[in-house]
Amino acid sequence: MSRVLIAEDLYLLRDGLVHLLQAHGFTVVAAVESGPELLKGLLELRPDVSIVDVRLPPTFTDEGLQAALAARAKVPGLPILVLSQHVEQLYARELLADGSGAIGYLLKDRVFNATQFVDAVRRVAEGGTAMDPEVIAKLLASNARNEPLAALTPREREVLEAMAEGRSNAGISQRLYLSESAVAKHTASIFAKLGLAPSDDDNRRVLAVLAYLNSR
Amino acid sequence: MLRRFGQVAVLLALLLAEIPAVMAALPMLLASFGMGLIFLFPPLAWMVRYFAELNRRLMREWTGVPIEAPYLPEPPPPVRQPDGMYRSDRTLYRSPRVPAWNNRWKWLLTDPATWRDGLWLLLDPVVKLLLLPAFLLVPGRGLRVYAIWSNWVLGATAASRLAGQVSHLRRTRNLAADSQAAEMRRIERDLHDGAQARLVAIGMTLGAVEALVDNDPTAAKALLAKARESSSETLTELRRVIRGIHPPVLAERGLGDAVRALAMDSAMQVSVTVDLPGRLEAPVEAAAYFAVSELLSNAARHGDARTAEVDISTNDSDLRITVTDDGMGGADPAKGSGLSGIERRLSAFDGVLALNSPPGGPTTVTMDLPAVLPGSSGRKRACLPRRKLLVVAALWATAWCPTFPQGIVAGVVKALGGEEKSWFLALYLPEVWQWPVIFGMIGLGIFMHFMAMRIPATHDPERWMRGATPGKPWRLE
Repeated sequence: MSRVLIAEDLYLLRDGLVHLLQAHGFTVVAAVESGPELLKGLLELRPDVSIVDVRLPPTFTDEGLQAALAARAKVPGLPILVLSQHVEQLYARELLADGSGAIGYLLKDRVFNATQFVDAVRRVAEGGTAMDPEVIAKLLASNARNEPLAALTPREREVLEAMAEGRSNAGISQRLYLSESAVAKHTASIFAKLGLAPSDDDNRRVLAVLAYLNSR
Repeated sequence: MLRRFGQVAVLLALLLAEIPAVMAALPMLLASFGMGLIFLFPPLAWMVRYFAELNRRLMREWTGVPIEAPYLPEPPPPVRQPDGMYRSDRTLYRSPRVPAWNNRWKWLLTDPATWRDGLWLLLDPVVKLLLLPAFLLVPGRGLRVYAIWSNWVLGATAASRLAGQVSHLRRTRNLAADSQAAEMRRIERDLHDGAQARLVAIGMTLGAVEALVDNDPTAAKALLAKARESSSETLTELRRVIRGIHPPVLAERGLGDAVRALAMDSAMQVSVTVDLPGRLEAPVEAAAYFAVSELLSNAARHGDARTAEVDISTNDSDLRITVTDDGMGGADPAKGSGLSGIERRLSAFDGVLALNSPPGGPTTVTMDLPAVLPGSSGRKRACLPRRKLLVVAALWATAWCPTFPQGIVAGVVKALGGEEKSWFLALYLPEVWQWPVIFGMIGLGIFMHFMAMRIPATHDPERWMRGATPGKPWRLE
């Protein structure tokens, strides 16, 4: 049973998240509403996973993101899922910069689909990643002129997108209606084309892809 | 030296035209005001202005004394009213000619510069004759003295500068208000056609669900899924609108990171250099951000550029942004509305845009926003008017005298019972007056020091500028 910390300043959304996660078997250890409280909670409670809104009081700027980055600088690999009303490549790159995984960055709308959202929370708690499809689309768009990426087949590109979002082979096969062996074949081909070292570990594989996209 | 003599000769030769001009001007003035022939006044004023302008130009070129033209801005053309008439004071006219003539007549008449020009023209022959020895012996110095005299009579005054500023501010305010109104209309349209319409659709879908839920749960479920999808789309739509109003990264991180985020999302390879001490004021940030955003998208769309560079730097309290791209160049502000839109936005902050875009590229756009950084006071330092400056200087120069020799030193000498009276004023007075005068001197000295410090400290440039405001810069009806 995972211990969760929630940082969100809107009461309705905070309450909704608490109920949603409790219903799926998580224990909510704290639900805070400001930046300083969040940082204190992250460092003292060391939750198994935290759900953090980017914009929090008192400054209503990127208070939540800064607290998350500060906590992860002190406790490397502390699992944090960042939620926001808008996604920015800039923030995604900052979150991914330490390369230690256990990180998520999703639009708030993704909460609408409870199963997928809870799935993402679990993935982050287990050390995986959960990147919003919109972030991945932006990362790929800014790599559009990159030679190796342009050489991918459309199918491989779809697999790459799903993989960059943080999905496992099983997850990708479910989403794209492919057999797992077909997904494995595609990933091997993608890694060969991008010149990355293949790895059986799902998480490490995702991080390699994100680091590749991030390196522009 | 020979050139100086030539210049002096030209100045003296000008007298040949100036003296007849004065001879003609006096009867014209008399006729226009004494006999009511007011139509003679404008040509008279223009003639005097012609000589004054000529003199200003010659002095600027020959001696480097910068003589600014002090004229008030010309009145705007009369505005056509809804009923097709033109108004001048309380009279309506069918054609704009009469009100325009009236306005110009009033403008020439009420501008103090007109009368200063006239005074200059009247005195000019005398001054030139007085300076004749200097012109002949040391022509360089003579010309300089003459230029200083010209500057004194013909140069800009605080009032005329202020009037110029007022008309500039009025123009930029109108531009800013216009562009803001246009923005508001665009946002209104976006919300009206986008988010609002989608929310209506969601509401209708939910109504249908309510009706169906008992009889046909499967259909209701399908409709609910549709409503959820629609709400997602509405959010996407709202995000797009918000980005157009004030991008969230800009609010959260400031100009530097917002431009970096912009560069990442751009299809071009954009490198960004930022050197900013802190956050700027929100309106400046927004104007600068949208300017850079517009320039980058122009470069990608019209210039077909592949790489671009953005450089944001500061100089004292000024902000300078340079955007360079390797596109095909040939950008022309007259062709598209993009560049003029940026200029309009920047003009609200007295910002200027310089474009260098030769055909074939590269295109460089430099934007300067003066005095927009908080905290730096370089430009705002109070400048004392000359009268106060003289008073302060005189105070500092003399305050020591009552304080020390006539006050404290005299007191010490008296207390010690010294015989020497030296130049201590108090010691020459009758015994009863000596101490009061010594203390009076010390008091006076302290007061003078105090005033010397207080005058510059309390000098308020804004209040002083308000005091110097001309009575009627130019009234717009």
